[in-house]
Amino acid sequence: MSGRYVGQSVSRNEDARLLTGHALFVDDVRLEGMLHVAFVRSDHAHATINSIDVSAALERPGVVAVYTAEDLGDYWRPGPLLVPPPPIEGIVFNQATQVPLAKDRVRHAGEPIVMVVAESRYIAEDALADIFVDAEPLDVVADLEAALAPDAPIIHPQLGTNLAAHVVQRHGDYASAKEKAAVVVSRRFHYDRGASAAIENRAVAARWDAQAQEMTIWDTTQAPIPIRNGLAAMLGLMQSQVRVVAPFVGGGFGPKIMMFYPEEVLVPWAAMKLGRPVKWAEDRQENFYATTQERGQVHDAEMAVDADGRILGVRDTFLHDTGAYDPYGLTVPINSQCTLLGPYDVPNYDAEFRAVFTNRITVTPVRGAGRQHGVFVMERLLDLAAREVGISVAEIRRRNYIVQDDFPHDHKILFQDFQPLVYDSGNYRPALETALELIRWDGFAEEKRAAAAEGRRLGIGVVSYVEGTGIGPYEGARVTIEPNGRVRVATGLGTQGQGHYTAFAQIVAEALDVDVESVNVVTGDTREFNWGTGTFASRGAVVAGSACHAAAVKVREKVIEVSARVLNVNEGEIELSNGTARVRSEPERSITLGELALRANPLRGGVTPGSEPGLECTAYFGPDRGSTASGVHAVVVEVDEETAMAKFLRYVVVHDCGKLINPMLVEGQVQGGVAQGIGNAWFEKLVYDDNGQLMNASFADYLLPTSLDVPDVAMSHRETPAPMNTLGLKGVGEAGCIPTGAAFAQALEDALSDYEIEVTEIPLSPNQLFEMLRAAPRRAASENTVATEAFA
Amino acid sequence: MPSSVPISVSINGQPYAREVEARLLLSDFLRHELGLTGTHVGCEHGVCGACTVLMDGQAVRSCLVFAAQADGAELRTVEGLAPAEDQLHPIQTAFRDAHGLQCGFCTPGILMTMIPFLEENPHPTEDEVRLAISGNLCRCTGYANIVRAVMLAAERMRGGPGDDVSIEPRGVPHPVEAH
Repeated sequence: MSGRYVGQSVSRNEDARLLTGHALFVDDVRLEGMLHVAFVRSDHAHATINSIDVSAALERPGVVAVYTAEDLGDYWRPGPLLVPPPPIEGIVFNQATQVPLAKDRVRHAGEPIVMVVAESRYIAEDALADIFVDAEPLDVVADLEAALAPDAPIIHPQLGTNLAAHVVQRHGDYASAKEKAAVVVSRRFHYDRGASAAIENRAVAARWDAQAQEMTIWDTTQAPIPIRNGLAAMLGLMQSQVRVVAPFVGGGFGPKIMMFYPEEVLVPWAAMKLGRPVKWAEDRQENFYATTQERGQVHDAEMAVDADGRILGVRDTFLHDTGAYDPYGLTVPINSQCTLLGPYDVPNYDAEFRAVFTNRITVTPVRGAGRQHGVFVMERLLDLAAREVGISVAEIRRRNYIVQDDFPHDHKILFQDFQPLVYDSGNYRPALETALELIRWDGFAEEKRAAAAEGRRLGIGVVSYVEGTGIGPYEGARVTIEPNGRVRVATGLGTQGQGHYTAFAQIVAEALDVDVESVNVVTGDTREFNWGTGTFASRGAVVAGSACHAAAVKVREKVIEVSARVLNVNEGEIELSNGTARVRSEPERSITLGELALRANPLRGGVTPGSEPGLECTAYFGPDRGSTASGVHAVVVEVDEETAMAKFLRYVVVHDCGKLINPMLVEGQVQGGVAQGIGNAWFEKLVYDDNGQLMNASFADYLLPTSLDVPDVAMSHRETPAPMNTLGLKGVGEAGCIPTGAAFAQALEDALSDYEIEVTEIPLSPNQLFEMLRAAPRRAASENTVATEAFA
Repeated sequence: MPSSVPISVSINGQPYAREVEARLLLSDFLRHELGLTGTHVGCEHGVCGACTVLMDGQAVRSCLVFAAQADGAELRTVEGLAPAEDQLHPIQTAFRDAHGLQCGFCTPGILMTMIPFLEENPHPTEDEVRLAISGNLCRCTGYANIVRAVMLAAERMRGGPGDDVSIEPRGVPHPVEAH
């Protein structure tokens, strides 16, 4: 249902504020008498704390307070477990959540130990040098593969093990399937850590108004309502006494939904204790050490296929690095385990993982949230199997897609939302064919030969993925027509650049037939809307968008009811047009929605039993299950054999996120996701040394892709409606970055097809590729077939 | 106490005279002393470009300049781009029309980097634009729409209508019936 507004590339309502420098970000908050915070953070990845001497800091002029764990008293307690372990038979889960300030022991470099509050940030940072922490270094679990060794140092002594979780999920009988296989391929795959690296670091500001008994907290969070609820409980306040505002947030990408960061817990507490506003703004180095990260996994995976390349079964056993603590439960590894299955029919699946504690920074979801790893493993296994069977990489995918009449498709394991992994809808093969066309697959062999004649090495790759999106529990929205004719929409989630102010306005404008510009959307302010969960798992547009739609439809019904009464006609004769309600057969008999809002809230009479004043309704949307988006990425890379530098020449994304609300915004999400995927595949790796020290904690050393590295992505949209919501929406937030590593790996191997090179790890770097090239034997000429040539 | 220095600067045409600590960064001076918070801070080590402002017409990273070094300078920040409160500068309009921003955090730095670039090179090629913004990190957009926005701004600032730059969505929807 492309409408007047829904489905159109409407420019964004929020842009003017952002472009003129008038948008409020948390670190822009300035309050009378505000104090500033800096933290002493652990230099060691693993150590016991013998003593802390803060006396010199307290004497420094301008220092107002210095707090250690001891000073927090009863307020000191480990954070909550955000997502309990899913109800999977035989599951083992060992909980160890982060603490506000380290007490006896530190478990990763950068863990906060002392909080300094001062008149300025400069003074607070000066005071850090005055503080002496007497710490005794312990042996370090620097790597996930070392965590379960019998002599490994134990990070959480109360658990007696570094095992955070053990989960087995199975369907069918892999061992029997394997016996029937024509080809079995197996490999070990590594996927290493990267940073979310939002350009805005985290920040928290808090003001306790003792007269009003109200706490206001500005927080760079993706989940203002759960933050409000949690902090109210910790501070001993009613939820209604606490207002959390997540104003404009400069990129989220997952770690800004981690709860509760130590700084988030401490800043409001200090504001209350000191009776003055307090602010902490993370700096970039802290962001590397104190903001959660993701991606460390090692998979031992195996695929059994028949002689035609049809998948008989997959077995995957992996280790997942959860870092020093595991507050986010098993969302990431469960996503890996589930998303591995991709758009494919896998009749037998045997999947097992162990999550382990390491002395690295805590892992919580980062855009993709474990899906990348699963997709990388599956797509690489398919590439290997295709080679063994003797079919092209495109053909093996064609032969294994779930077919269009097999939906809903039940994979018979549990997803991260604790619901069965059931795909709601999809249509995979046409997306592949479009991608092949757009990347110019058929002509590529010739293109590659022509390039080779000029001494240039080209390679092509094509991979598929699915993305579980739009999961519950619920979101809500309130839609109000104001007497000035403008429409106000409030919802509970936070927004970090996705364009919610516009996409939600489009949905409401469509239902009420008003201009998009006349709809004001508010997100991220708990005073504006009281209920909700947050922006994660590509769910904002799907879940909150559906709630906005439901609320707007209810307001529309109310508009029709009231205007029929005012205009003295039957409701069936009312139509809405450009901000007015009018009589269909006599359009000159009309009333503006603003006037109608006044009439709906009269000073005398008006509210009869069973009715409510005003033109305002609230609605909620809670899907039983998420909706499964999908897509195909195709890429052409050029590799310089001498420097081992690779360049992305062409990039194609054909994706299906159901009905598009705003194609311009969707394309922005996909293009930006691909950029992050390219960073993840080729530029960005967090390098830890054997002592658990992060070796590249700056933007000078940890390289984000720049405008010179990211190609202009060619896109095509397919719109297979989601059956579980009225608008047919699926999420798109993470689609761009999920399969990039797998596409890149396949294209690299194609470009270097005369070398015996297998790409089994991501991220790669030019240095690593250079070493691989030096070590790799050349293939015999007869083996050197191009995938595209063999079977187009 | 750290030494303080008297400075006089003009920011967006308005004069300011202040005593500042010698070590105070220009970015902190703008944001926290004067409340000009449109200039954003992303890394404080000169890599991300979010804090870029114009100092005597040149793009500088305000996190790598001390406020004291700006004494006597003419500064221009993102707040000074638009000609009036209810109007936008052509580069701002172009960024809105081409969806050249998402979270908008890096945007002020990119706009302020592009102003002197487009003054020097009013007819840039796409490759020249890519090179010119390669010192500004953006984590949301993947740069493609930033490049389009700058090309669009260049054409409009030359007096053209901007029709040469396509800002239509690139993908073509393929509707599929529900089943």
